[in-house]
Amino acid sequence: MTAAAAATSPHAWLQAQARWNRTEIAFWLATLLPFWLFPDYLVLASQIAITALFALSLDLILGYAGIVSLGHAAFFGLGAYTAGLAAKYGWGEPLTGLMLGALAAGIVGYAASFIIARFRHLALIMITLGMGLLLAELANSLHWLTGGTDGLQGVKMWPIFNKFRFDLYGTTAYSYSLIVLFLCFLVARRIINSPFGLSLRGIRENPLRMPALGASSRAHLRKIYTISAVLAGIAGALLAQTTETVSLEVLGFQRSADVLVILILGGAGRLYGGLVGAIIFMVARDQFSGNTPQFWYFWIGALLIAVVMFLPNGILGGLAKLSSAWRSRA
Amino acid sequence: MIAPVIGVLFDGFAYGMLLFLLSVGLSVTLGMMNFVNLAHCAFAMLGGYVTVTLMNRLGWPFFASLPFAFLLAALVSVVFERTLYRRLYRASELDQVLLTIGLAFVSVAAAAYVYGTVQQPVQMPSYLRGSVTVLGVSFGVYRLFLIGTALAITLLLVGALEYTRFGAQVRAAVDNQRMARGLGINVEGAFAFTFALGSGLAGLGGGLAIDIVGLDPSFAFTYLIYVLIVVSVGGLGSIGGSFAAATLIGISDVAGKYYVPELGAFLIYLVMIVLLMWRPAGLFGRR
Amino acid sequence: MRKALVAAAIFAALGSGTASAQGTIKIGIILPYSGQFADGAAQMDNAIKLYVQQNGDTVAGKKLEFIRKDTGGIAPDVAKRLAQELIVRDKVDILAGFLLTPNALSAGDVSAEAKKFMVVMNAATSIITTKSPYMVRTSLTTPQVNASLGTWAYKNGIRKAYTMHSDYGPGIDAEGAFSKAFKEAGGEIIGTVKMAVANPDFSAYVQRAKDLNPESIYVFVPGGAQPAAFGKALAERGIDPQKIKVMGQGEITDDSALKSMGDGALGIITAFHYDPNHQSAMNKKFVADFNAAYGRNPDFFSMGGWDGMHAIYAVLKKTNGDADGEKLISAVKGMAWESPRGPISIDPETRDIIQTVYIRRVEKAGGKLVNVEFDKVENVKDPVKAAMKK
Repeated sequence: MTAAAAATSPHAWLQAQARWNRTEIAFWLATLLPFWLFPDYLVLASQIAITALFALSLDLILGYAGIVSLGHAAFFGLGAYTAGLAAKYGWGEPLTGLMLGALAAGIVGYAASFIIARFRHLALIMITLGMGLLLAELANSLHWLTGGTDGLQGVKMWPIFNKFRFDLYGTTAYSYSLIVLFLCFLVARRIINSPFGLSLRGIRENPLRMPALGASSRAHLRKIYTISAVLAGIAGALLAQTTETVSLEVLGFQRSADVLVILILGGAGRLYGGLVGAIIFMVARDQFSGNTPQFWYFWIGALLIAVVMFLPNGILGGLAKLSSAWRSRA
Repeated sequence: MIAPVIGVLFDGFAYGMLLFLLSVGLSVTLGMMNFVNLAHCAFAMLGGYVTVTLMNRLGWPFFASLPFAFLLAALVSVVFERTLYRRLYRASELDQVLLTIGLAFVSVAAAAYVYGTVQQPVQMPSYLRGSVTVLGVSFGVYRLFLIGTALAITLLLVGALEYTRFGAQVRAAVDNQRMARGLGINVEGAFAFTFALGSGLAGLGGGLAIDIVGLDPSFAFTYLIYVLIVVSVGGLGSIGGSFAAATLIGISDVAGKYYVPELGAFLIYLVMIVLLMWRPAGLFGRR
Repeated sequence: MRKALVAAAIFAALGSGTASAQGTIKIGIILPYSGQFADGAAQMDNAIKLYVQQNGDTVAGKKLEFIRKDTGGIAPDVAKRLAQELIVRDKVDILAGFLLTPNALSAGDVSAEAKKFMVVMNAATSIITTKSPYMVRTSLTTPQVNASLGTWAYKNGIRKAYTMHSDYGPGIDAEGAFSKAFKEAGGEIIGTVKMAVANPDFSAYVQRAKDLNPESIYVFVPGGAQPAAFGKALAERGIDPQKIKVMGQGEITDDSALKSMGDGALGIITAFHYDPNHQSAMNKKFVADFNAAYGRNPDFFSMGGWDGMHAIYAVLKKTNGDADGEKLISAVKGMAWESPRGPISIDPETRDIIQTVYIRRVEKAGGKLVNVEFDKVENVKDPVKAAMKK
């Protein structure tokens, strides 16, 4: 926060934050480049967009409200299974399927938020982890419904608006995922740059002081947790629809852990952190695993270590620090 | 009628002791030094591979290889502590997560590169195999050995930390760094030592675990969840807490699978969630 | 605008498509090279490499080019994307590999849509081959092995069995096929326990089985660390497979499991389609060559990969190097050959493998534990698809 901004009223500061700057506009324009520059990579691009949305949903609770979750895949998976089941049982319309996925994740997220908002620190991490694993085990034992380990069979999507079918090249998948990501990003951006978003950050910094100022911290936490679950559910539904597959690993620990790593890599507590993290992580993984399918973990691990050492607080955090250092020198 | 109950309690306790050995080191580093070391199981894996190498390639006896599992894991961990970890003692927990996950990734790839992806077979010496029957209840010999080792280590640890001068210095360094430094205690050294001890114990646990759970490069991640469960339920930084939590989790896991196998996969997580909701700081936690 | 985008993308994709050289055939291999199932992938990939090494990389005048992709474990979304990318970007003609059922199922969609020949070299759930009319399987189906075991068990005097299986897809399939066949023959299942999939400690389950003191125990656990853990739990609980018959699918007594289990494994009976100890000149050579190249025995993953490669080479010879999916799949239908595992053929109706299922017992030979074949069931088709036809 710069000194000038702090001197004015909080509302003015929020308004300043809410203005679109050139880097942001350039970023979103750049997301269109794959259509021309890498038309062979659109399927990957669509899955990056979906992961980015998932990471964004985690950022809302982790980066802005201080809720570290190791079980966020629960909501991703709920969205995926809901959308997948809808399509399997005769309703393959994507947009309504997406809303169903969001709804299911939102309802469970709201219910879970009553537990989540009461805990902090390691207990919170482990409770989210435990609830995520319980849900994964539940999906495994509901073999008749979910198809168990083999995955849900018979997911067939209808074309979007009855016109754009999901093609092998991934053109529809990427266009669809990108548009949904952008819309969800707008929502997240609006939330963060609202007084509600500001009080969330207050809770993150000091959970005891905010209630004293009259902001009910638990109600706030519940609200943001539910919103985050909805976004995660949308991401999961997107994956189910664009790949027409759903399997147990959408709920798995690995997915929860990966998205956490992706967010921290990009920079938690920054709107673009999850997006940048998803791009870097997935492109790096694709390249490394293409070259050394057996040992790519080594290179991705080295990348993470290097980022921590040279760009603390994630890539965006590190870059921001470097650029402000450079500016203050100039 | 009573025999199966004793059998289940025994098996569960032994399983718990294995979890205890694997996790006590993390409890110490996380609780005392506030460092989130998700590469903890990578050190356990290292201990496992040291044991396997000494036994299978060099033909060492099992008992002779265990101390080296401890030493090498401790040694390697100190190298990392001095070069990487210490730079992040004051960094955010998230950065610590990223660094140690990165290390764990690297360790998985390195293990696959050096040892291949195959399950490492170990044959325990014949006197550690089979079981002895007392009053109609059979006790696995290897499990008895595990329990004995874990109890001995607990006593040693508690004794060393509570009743020696060095233990007092470590506790002082951890409780209040500035004060300890002011009193002339070598805080850096105490940290490095604590870290090495924790990782060494993980290495020993890795060596002991192979016979029960096997060893392959995914070890660094497979048991991380169990370790985290024990640490969080036990309470950070508490050796007694980890011991109690490991016992509780081990017994409830085995008993659950025996009496209600339908809940087998769920039980360990349910127990954890209930315990944490009851005592968010863990059984013996201070915070 | 949207239409223009789509048009641009397709145009660009087609434009880069003609780059593929005339004289090469590209094969995309999709396997879990990293993660929990990496060892199976490594064993299969070794066999693939060995086959190419011994038979040359040129078939019917075309040079073969391999592109390897890692799914990192069970990840149908990734497997499907990789299959799409292999076809769209790398222009592969053949998809191969596929260790895991969910991945094979999702990639099957791509094979069907793009009309590409696909060789499933391991994934063993029955329904996989129904996913694409261009798919062939060279490994096994879970019911094929386990139903054979169920029928065999009753024929050989076992009347009652207690079953234990991991509670996930393959376990449920395997136990289901065994019990069905066993009961149809006249046997009785006296109890069943489903075990947690992520399960490091078997003592509780084994104790339950022991309490019942059954005539026989049927078990299915995933390959990897668990068979050894299970075998050790048996020994520790004092269950002697020579007294209480212990039966299961071949993974539970694979090489690495036997090495860790020790003498407690003596007498375990398994049904499987391949073991490196299979006595034939062809297999002896295969095992020796494999050992010379990779320093360990091949396993059933290797066998699936080896025969998968054989199928690819054979069909390409038949079509004279034409890699059209339609032509390749009609060439492979009904094909029969002698493999290191014994005689095998491809069912012309289901494109699935027909093979001999061997009944083996763990015995000691030359100081080492090995699976010794002592009975066999010949020409076994996948029972599930056979039943669906009726």
